Amino acid sequence: MKTLKARRHRAAAPMLVLLALALIGVMYAAVGSATTASAANEVQGGVDAQIAAGKKLFAEGCSSCHGLGAQGGPNAPTLIGVGSAAVDFQVSTGRMPLAANQAQAPVKPVEYSDLEIAQLAAFVGSLAPGPQIPADADLNTQNADMAFGGVLFRTNCSQCHNFAGSGGALSNGAYGPNLRDASPREIYEAMLTGPENMPVFSNQTITTSDKQAIIKYIQNMQTEPSYGGWALGRFGPVTEGAFVWIFALGLLVAAAVWIGAKVR
Amino acid sequence: MSHNTDNGVVEAVEGEQSDAARLAHDESQLPAHRPRRTDYDPRAAKRAERQVAIMFGLSAVFTILFVVAFVQVGTEEVLRIPFFGTFGRSNLYLGLTFGLATLLIGTGAIHWAKKLMNDHEVVAERHPLRSPDESREEAVAAFEAGAEDSGFASRPIIRRSLLGAMALFPIPLVMVLRDLGPLPGKVLEETAWKPGMRIVGADSGIAIKPSDIPVGGIVQAIPADLPEIQEIEGNLNSRAKDVVLLVRMNPADIVSQQGGTAEEPWDFNGIMCFSRICTHVGCPIALYEQRSHHLLCPCHQSTFDLADSANVVFGPAARELPQLPIMLDAEGYFVARDGFNQPVGPSYWERS
Repeated sequence: MKTLKARRHRAAAPMLVLLALALIGVMYAAVGSATTASAANEVQGGVDAQIAAGKKLFAEGCSSCHGLGAQGGPNAPTLIGVGSAAVDFQVSTGRMPLAANQAQAPVKPVEYSDLEIAQLAAFVGSLAPGPQIPADADLNTQNADMAFGGVLFRTNCSQCHNFAGSGGALSNGAYGPNLRDASPREIYEAMLTGPENMPVFSNQTITTSDKQAIIKYIQNMQTEPSYGGWALGRFGPVTEGAFVWIFALGLLVAAAVWIGAKVR
Repeated sequence: MSHNTDNGVVEAVEGEQSDAARLAHDESQLPAHRPRRTDYDPRAAKRAERQVAIMFGLSAVFTILFVVAFVQVGTEEVLRIPFFGTFGRSNLYLGLTFGLATLLIGTGAIHWAKKLMNDHEVVAERHPLRSPDESREEAVAAFEAGAEDSGFASRPIIRRSLLGAMALFPIPLVMVLRDLGPLPGKVLEETAWKPGMRIVGADSGIAIKPSDIPVGGIVQAIPADLPEIQEIEGNLNSRAKDVVLLVRMNPADIVSQQGGTAEEPWDFNGIMCFSRICTHVGCPIALYEQRSHHLLCPCHQSTFDLADSANVVFGPAARELPQLPIMLDAEGYFVARDGFNQPVGPSYWERS
């Protein structure tokens, strides 16, 4: 017994504890990796630190137009009360910061990292109550009713974004962007905040489950193959009509010329 | 009268011209017939024959491929072609094979006719439309004999009863016109909106509070009774007329409204309600730009400024979108303060 006991190293117990902790850590990382963005923010310090970092980023990148206190300027709206969802939508799609003063902010390569966007959103969200970035549970479309989402889409969205989500022209150079690459989070935030000319669809009138249904319907349109043949951008009769007038009629004219031509 | 006698076929005939002579005369004005290569070169003819047979043979192959594609390719299968996008495999194959099978029969037949069938020009004579005098006299004689035989003139009772029957005969034809009615009456002037009628969401059917609509927000809405009205009327006419749009803007942005007094405003703190039916040809409108407060009709680009009495600022619409006066009921939900004060939708004959 004594010899056996003597063989066990003095550091065996602490090592075992360390090993167990490491194992738990690895398992936690594996399980929690789905929510890295939010976890990363928490790792970077508390909400206070995040807001402070966001304030610094805002002063550097946004304040020249929106003002140091986000109160707005001659060419830029106030951001007090727009909420973190608006910041997340505008910056994570590359619409903000604006490259030039245009009729509408186009989608561009994103300027900020996910962490910086979260910090900016936290700062602007802290100025006044406003729409918040949707939680992962809000974006879960597992149980959403896709057919009802289609009804809602045709009533509320198709006027500007086209019946197939292809987008379309508005007035004075503005346009309804196409939704083919829009992520569920972007769609949700756009409905909630009403960017630019888009009206706001509040959670009271288009509820969270309605929004999930709309997102599910849009996702289905994004992945649906065009069973009917070449979709020509899914703009409906405009491109299809132009194609028929030019190519199909051209082919018929060529065939008529061939039939009528004399043979030598 | 000059005659072309170059090829020696035409004989100048004095007086009456025979058909044969006219034919020869017309033919002489055609360009000279030139034989095709397949007419004098047997190898070219053989080649054309082969080409036609290949087209017909390929058509048969594509027909068989159509059957194979129909049986083998599932309707859910997907094919990705760069630049063109993603296709349903089944539709693509069925369309291509059937289209080519049909096309190749057509091109084969035309190629056959053009290269191998006789291509000599033929002149067909057109004869006068008037019948010969003998036939005309014969027809008149037959009619008169029939009239004489019927005794139409000598049997007045038959004549009069027939005239009476013929006079009354159109009455049923006129009677059924009544089924085109009844006249529309006030249907075009009135909507289901009445004072105190709840305004509810178009698809959700839930009542709406002022706090549900943020500035810049819109809600597509219907009268609360719409489902029952549809049930009673058995059609969707009410839905087509009664749909409205609730829109909220900063009260300072509102330039004018179509009515209302300080005590009884038509809006509620910047929330206004408008008919969604375009006054041009009646398309339902909901393309709203929240920054400019413009509402655009997708059909003909009529544009209404909701901040300024929904007046037309662009496009073919002739008058503003009717505004529905709104207020809150005892429970704090939106109701109509009154019905529309003008007909909604496009112009019609009796509209003042």
